[in-house]
Amino acid sequence: MKTLEEIHKIKEEKRKELELRVHTDLDTREKHILVCHGTGCTSSKSIEILENFKNIIKEKNIKNVRVVKTGCFGLCAKGPIVIIRPEDTFYANCKPEDCEEIIQTHIVEGNKVERLLCKDIDGKIVNSLDELNFYKKQKRIALKNCGVINPEDIDEYIAFDGYMALEKVLKNMSQDEVIDEIKKSGLRGRGGAGFPTGQKWELTKNVDSEQKYVVCNADEGDPGAFMDRSILEGDPHCVLEAMIIAGYSIGANKGYIYVRAEYPIAVQRLQTAIDQAKEYGILGKNIFESGFDFDIEIRLGAGAFVCGEETALLESIEGRRGHPRVKPPYPAQSGLWGKPTLINNVETYANITKIIINGADWYNKIGTKNSKGTKVFALGGNVNNTGLVEVPMGTTLREIVYDIGGGIPNNREFKAAQTGGPSGGCIPKEHLDTPIDYESLKEIGSMMGSGGLIVMDDTKCMVSLAKFYLDFTVSESCGKCTPCRIGTKRMHEILEKICNGDGTEIDIIRLEKLALNVKDSSICGLGQSAPNPVLSTLKYFREEYKEHVTYKQCRSKECKNLAQIEIDASKCKGCGICQKNCPVNSIEGEGREIRKINQDKCIKCGTCLTKCPFNAIK
Amino acid sequence: MLENEKEICNCNMIEEFMNKIFKTYLPEKDNLIQILNEVQDEFGYIPKTAQEKISEFLKIPMAEIYGVITFYSRFTLEPKGKYTISVCLGTACYVKGSQKIMDRLKERLKIEPGQTTEDGMFSIDQTRCVGACGLAPVFTVNGEVYGKATVKKLDEVLDRIKIRRIRGLGFGDGFKILIIKNRDFKPVPESLF
Repeated sequence: MKTLEEIHKIKEEKRKELELRVHTDLDTREKHILVCHGTGCTSSKSIEILENFKNIIKEKNIKNVRVVKTGCFGLCAKGPIVIIRPEDTFYANCKPEDCEEIIQTHIVEGNKVERLLCKDIDGKIVNSLDELNFYKKQKRIALKNCGVINPEDIDEYIAFDGYMALEKVLKNMSQDEVIDEIKKSGLRGRGGAGFPTGQKWELTKNVDSEQKYVVCNADEGDPGAFMDRSILEGDPHCVLEAMIIAGYSIGANKGYIYVRAEYPIAVQRLQTAIDQAKEYGILGKNIFESGFDFDIEIRLGAGAFVCGEETALLESIEGRRGHPRVKPPYPAQSGLWGKPTLINNVETYANITKIIINGADWYNKIGTKNSKGTKVFALGGNVNNTGLVEVPMGTTLREIVYDIGGGIPNNREFKAAQTGGPSGGCIPKEHLDTPIDYESLKEIGSMMGSGGLIVMDDTKCMVSLAKFYLDFTVSESCGKCTPCRIGTKRMHEILEKICNGDGTEIDIIRLEKLALNVKDSSICGLGQSAPNPVLSTLKYFREEYKEHVTYKQCRSKECKNLAQIEIDASKCKGCGICQKNCPVNSIEGEGREIRKINQDKCIKCGTCLTKCPFNAIK
Repeated sequence: MLENEKEICNCNMIEEFMNKIFKTYLPEKDNLIQILNEVQDEFGYIPKTAQEKISEFLKIPMAEIYGVITFYSRFTLEPKGKYTISVCLGTACYVKGSQKIMDRLKERLKIEPGQTTEDGMFSIDQTRCVGACGLAPVFTVNGEVYGKATVKKLDEVLDRIKIRRIRGLGFGDGFKILIIKNRDFKPVPESLF
């Protein structure tokens, strides 16, 4: 247990020590080596890198150097990332063997290791973080502490104003004042639908009940989305703090975090954070001597996408199959065990503490008219800088893809961007300049979703992309309501037929009609949004569907049955491996001759594609 | 439900483990998924003995437990192979060609996702996003992540496992280092296996 005075003391002392993390021009002999420990970097050996650094420093008995594990820096494509502060040197793609050189050259001799310095897309060597184009247009609010503090150390969180928002709320603000502040800030739910957060809090507060619950939705099931995970891994305390504030404002004293079991690092760091907060008396009875009690428990998901839907999530916490409930009643009236429950997404909570500290007026100046603040996107797919970006609402897609993302690899052309995962839609080239917010995305047939943003180049077939998403929703549909259970299955069958070259014009019309039906008649968000990928590709890429059914052609050669396999004469060396492996002897040519495929015989099995050692077959 | 010899002789071990974890939970129904998660992590599947034990402890009918197990994709009723290879089919990986890796894996092992080879060596899983989208496409072998994967890389990994098996070597920690050191390694003809 710590008193408030003790926590203030920790803050002051620790802040002095850590000042060099945020001020690059600080004149100090001390150096901090920050090693990214997000999932991306740990899967390419950043744990070993950290150990190596520690061992070398111990061996050589170097003073004034500290090695720190941090959360995600965002630029996962360059991982594992090592950053040395205060000078802010950015080393990319480090290997465990490089540690020796970094210590010797950088720390001991004071020179930079040129070969490891990060290069920007144009090939320019980058000396510090701020010089990278990737960071220039970003504004970090939810991710403020990610990559700055050690997520497993509560003192470092406290040093950067941690739990100060909680103190302010418990000491100086009434329940209504907190809710008013959140309402005034214009914050909307970051889980996808964008319901105004303050209003949700107010609704839950106004229900009269002895027992209420606060729930954090960290069941980030969208394939290609990983911002919630990064927040939990990089700054778990900010979610806890916001949940306690939420509990105080609505009158709840029990919280649950529902997190995917597939995120072991996030679960472990959350548990550490909860234990530390309990040790400091920030969680538990009589927090900061205000008479307010709050406790948080972690609940693990078990790999069901539908549990990201709020009512299915509640069912799952109660230990049952994750079937969504019929709304109304909304969780605000009757949620967990029939009690009023407040459910918010991780990223929403991550914004709360900053709004309380800096004020609603600071927050609502950022963003567009109806969507305030920033949004974190997980940028992935065919784009140079894959990773995590946080931009103010109203940033255009072009800025995200070309300025921050560094454009498309291999000088290919942008074809579409997909937002919102399996519930969202495709945004074509014409809409690259649309400012992104909740309303504008809805208008062009997509949705904000949780924030996955997948960029696709011109080699992607839009019909098979729609099929890919339907494949996902078919296997993830919980089976409770008929339109979703059977409708998605039938839609998938029609798409399969089209991709196999057996489709007709009528199939396209049937597909569209069915998609609209499923959208209108499903119970929960999963079914209502499952047809979005089909509807948006039909809207913007209808000619591609038509090519599949009328000319039996797939322009990107992704649909195997429609593509013609050809040998690139400039690459073929005449080795004959393809010929030997072809099951129907459709490849012609002898000796060192350049081979040719007899299209009449070819069954498009694709064996030659994988066997060719020179990648000459396409 | 599977009741092979292995399970029968493991009965005591399972019971012991169950008794151990029951001490850390209250007998309340909402703990079902937490307990199942622990069993899955420990044994790689949910044995029938464990289900019976949970049923007694939480006072939930077996049928309901079975319903929960089959609903969540993380729980399995059959033991996994010694090496579980999961290919990520999340969007970021899909866009970068993970379907090709999955197809190759199915072709080599001659099983479908969710199945185990007859000799109990390999299982294939398809996962939706392991969160390493920056390294797409990604596959994992027993939880270890192989990023920026290609069909060739997958072949190398499979060949390595097979060779070590013939020579009677285990698949210890040295395995990954071996692959990295032997970059010019040539696959051994199938006829040898």
